[in-house]
Order: sequence, then C-alpha cells, then structure tokens
Amino acid sequence: MSTALATITGGAVSIRHATKSFGSKAVLNGIDLDVPAGSVTAIIGPSGSGKSTLLRTINHLERLDEGYVTVGDQLIGVKVHGERFTELPERAILRQRSRIGFVFQGFHLFPHLTALENVVEAPVAHRRPLAEAREVAQRLLERVGLGDRGDAYPAELSGGQKQRVAIARALALDPALILFDEPTSALDPELVSDVLEVIRALAGSGTTLVIVTHEISFAREIADQVVFIDDGRIIEQGSPAQVLDHPSHPRTQDFLRRVL
Amino acid sequence: MRSLRHPLQWILTALVVVVALNFGQTLFTNPAWEWAKVPEYVVSPAVLTGLKVTLIVTLISAVVSFAGGIVVAVARLSRNPVLKSLSWLYVWVFRSVPLILVLIFLYNLGSLYPTIGIGVPFGPQLSVPTVAVLSDITLGVVGLSLAEIAFASEIVRAGLLSVDHGQHEAAKALGLPRWRQFSRIILPQALRSIVPAYVNQIVGLLKGSSLLFYVSLLDLFGVVQNLGSTYPTDIIPLLVVATMWYLLLTSVISLVQYFIERHYSKGVAR
Ligand SMILES: Nc1ncnc2c1ncn2[C@@H]1O[C@H](COP(=O)(O)OP(=O)(O)OP(=O)(O)O)[C@@H](O)[C@H]1O
Ligand SMILES: [Mg+2]
Repeated sequence: MSTALATITGGAVSIRHATKSFGSKAVLNGIDLDVPAGSVTAIIGPSGSGKSTLLRTINHLERLDEGYVTVGDQLIGVKVHGERFTELPERAILRQRSRIGFVFQGFHLFPHLTALENVVEAPVAHRRPLAEAREVAQRLLERVGLGDRGDAYPAELSGGQKQRVAIARALALDPALILFDEPTSALDPELVSDVLEVIRALAGSGTTLVIVTHEISFAREIADQVVFIDDGRIIEQGSPAQVLDHPSHPRTQDFLRRVL
Repeated sequence: MRSLRHPLQWILTALVVVVALNFGQTLFTNPAWEWAKVPEYVVSPAVLTGLKVTLIVTLISAVVSFAGGIVVAVARLSRNPVLKSLSWLYVWVFRSVPLILVLIFLYNLGSLYPTIGIGVPFGPQLSVPTVAVLSDITLGVVGLSLAEIAFASEIVRAGLLSVDHGQHEAAKALGLPRWRQFSRIILPQALRSIVPAYVNQIVGLLKGSSLLFYVSLLDLFGVVQNLGSTYPTDIIPLLVVATMWYLLLTSVISLVQYFIERHYSKGVAR
C-alpha cells in the first residue's frame, strides 16, 4: 500500500467488515463488498437501512467503528498503526477525497458561485492553473448538456440542471470513483431522465460508479452488480438479473414488490 | 388604510398631527432655538475637528471589530476547548460591562499597569510604558473595539451557523483545504446575513463613540460639550449641530447598508 500523500490510482473499492453505530443504534453491521475498477454498482434497500452511511464511509465523510475501506491502492481515512487504525491527518484525507467524486441527493451546489465557478472551485483549490481549470469546466458543462449555462447561479437553474452541474463538479478532478447518493430522488419526475442520461454516459467510461438509487429499472439497465441492503447488512448481491428479477431472499422479494 | 375609518383611529391620528404641527411651529417661533447660529457652528473648525475624530475612531473600530469578531467567532466554534472557553469568557465579560466602564478602565490603565508588554512568564519580557501606547485615538479605538468585538462575534457566529450543513459536506467531499472551505464557501455565504446586521451595529458604534468625551477625547460630542461650557448661551444650537451631523452619518450608513444588502442578494433563490 502506497503512502498516504500519494494520490489514489485505480478505482476499485473494497469494503471489509464495515461496522458503525450512531449512539446505541447499529447502522452498519459488518459489510463486505468488492467493486471492481470501472464497474457500476447499484445499492438498493429500504429507508434507514444504512445505504447513505455506507456510501459516506467510502470517502470518509463518516468514520467506521470497525473494518476498513480501500479505494484503488489506498486505505481510506486511516493508516495502520501497530494493531489498530489511526485516522490520517486532515490534509491526507482531503487529498484522497479529491480523487473520489460525491453527488448528493440535495445537490449542495455553492449558491454564491456560478455554475462554472462551482465546477472550477476544486481544481483551482488543488493548484490547477485557472485558465486550464475553466477550459476543463466548460467542457464538463457541455458534457452534461449545460454548455450555455456556465454564467447562471444555482438559483437560476432547475433541479435537474443543478444536479447535472453537481455531477460536472464531481468530475472536475477526474475522479477514479464517483459516489451517487440518490441523485434523482429530489427531482420532479420529468427532470429525472436528463440526469440519468448523464450518469448512463459515465458508465463504462472507466470511472467506477457506486449509486444508491430507488430507480430499479435504471439499476437493471446500467449496473454490473446490484446490492440489496437491509438493517446494515448485505442481504443479497449479484447481477441485476439475479437480484432484481430472481431475488432469492424473501426480504429482497418483499422490498422489490413494494417499490416496483 | 381601511382601519383608518375606525373613529378611535381618526381621533388618535388627528391628535398626533396637531401635536406634531404644534411642535413644528415652535421650531420657528421659539427664539431659544437660535437657528441663526447653527450654520456657523456646523462647519466651524472646532466641530469639524471633532467630527474627524468621531469618523476616524468609528471607522477604525468598525474594521478592527469586524476582523476581531470573525476571529472570536471562529475560536468559539472551533473544536479546541481552550479557544472555545476563552472566547466565551471574552464575550461574556465585554457584553456585560458598560462601554463607559471599559473606557475609564483603559484611561486609568497607566496607574494599574505602568508598563505593558509580553514575554515568557518569569523569563524575558518586552514592555513599553502604558501611557505611550494608549493615548488619545488609540485608547478610543481599543476601548470601542474591545466591546464591539464581543457583539460582532455573536453576529458572525450566528451567520456561520446559518450556513446549510450540506455546504460543509460538499466542500469536504471536494477535498478543499480547510482554510479554503472557510474562506471561499462558508464565510461568503455567512456574510450575506452578517454584513447587514453588522452595518446596523456600526450605527451603535458611531453613537457609542460619543462616550469618548469622558476619557478626554474630543470627538464631535466632546467638542460640542466643550463649546457649550465656553459659550453657555449657545448650548441649544450646538446640540442641534451635533444632532444634524449624527443624523447625516447614520443616513450614510443606512445607504451603505442598502447597497450591501442588494449586492449580497445575488445568487439567492428567486
Ligand atoms: N449523523 C447521524 N446521527 C445519528 N443517526 C444517524 C446519522 N446519520 C444516519 N443516522 C441513522 O442511521 C440510520 C441509517 O441512515 P442512512 O441515512 O444511512 O439510511 P439510508 O438507507 O440512506 O436511508 P434513506 O433511503 O432514507 O436515505 C437511520 O436510522 C438514521 O436515522
Ligand atoms: Mg440515504
């Protein structure tokens, strides 16, 4: 494993025995999951089952109580210290995060910056020259279909447009891995397809995608692997055909019956 | 407007108008106002010198207190328990003690601590005579700022806390360095609520500066007071002059506040 200050290479994710509680409430109960580099994994499960928490441990927005996560060739957020893990210095964690994109359900665009400035922010913070960062940002906005809205403030964009800017922002540092937490759940139904279109285009581009979603048909279409989580445990995982069309576990069957 | 039809409202309105007109009339008919003397005092060199002191002390204190307020607020919100409690203590003390007391304390600091300085406890010290450092304007600025920082920090703290938690998360998720998260993402959004509230606070600072008279600093109010004791018959026009200047300065601050609010409203949800 390389030193913490080197940037992450490769986008494979391994989660080992991930365990976490909030107070007395156990939210993750020993999750093991492997995501091959460049693949698409869809995580589904009932509300409160721990999907967001699992996703947030992958870029160390949440700290695990037990277990660990690796992305590419690096342990995330911690280093081995004798028998135990100790937390990395903040700078090293921030550096790791710069290789891991995160797209939030609620977009969280920076409201005081234009669409283009939102996308430019991270590259400039990581010392890319401004002119180059702006060029890249412009291309990314074009890629998400918003090449002409670079000067717009978030308040002037629709929900679907905001989420597409947020995806462009997550792409700006050329991440090895992008994490999506219910990227279309806050959108009006007619705006969902534009965002899914953008995510679809990312699948198979070499970037690893992990997507928490309630869009079952979308998961069936683009995922290489579907993971069903309940009560902080992986109940069932496999290809979309296995998990979504021929679920073997009663809880999966029950969940799918309710959401479909 | 409809409620105005109510008889009681009519009566009250009529009463207020009559009183106001009566008072307005006395402004012209009561010779004690001595309006004729006002123009000469308004721009007299003495008054203008006092005005300059008021402006300088208020402006410097406003800037110092703003920066200080940010520092104290950040310390208060930090995870460091020492910084947290020190800033809490500071705000507690200077919000509780009347400004006039702070000023007079500073004025007498020379007898309490003849020299002030900094150094390693029981080790080498660097010190200077208190009176040399805390003279005139410096004393005014230090006194006003000490008190104002406490209020400013509460405004800044409220502003920082008003920024949506998702903004912190997004900034972290992008791997922005800690300082940049604060300076580029959180603070600018917090300023949207901080600046209007703080500019309003400057009005209080301006008026508070009139207390500097009690520590022998001749600000606008101090000059007027002095002239009043020299020419006791002119006290009324002198007070009118001070009132006019304070009204003008406060109006300018309100105007600035209006433009600043307009500036910060850009990018806010329609
Ligand atoms: N910061 C926190 N403090 C305390 N409890 C939390 C915190 N974050 C999450 N939880 C709890 O942990 C559990 C799992 O939350 P999580 O957000 O991971 O669920 P989820 O599967 O993403 O649900 P949803 O589909 O509603 O988004 C929930 O019971 C939630 O209330
Ligand atoms: Mg969730």
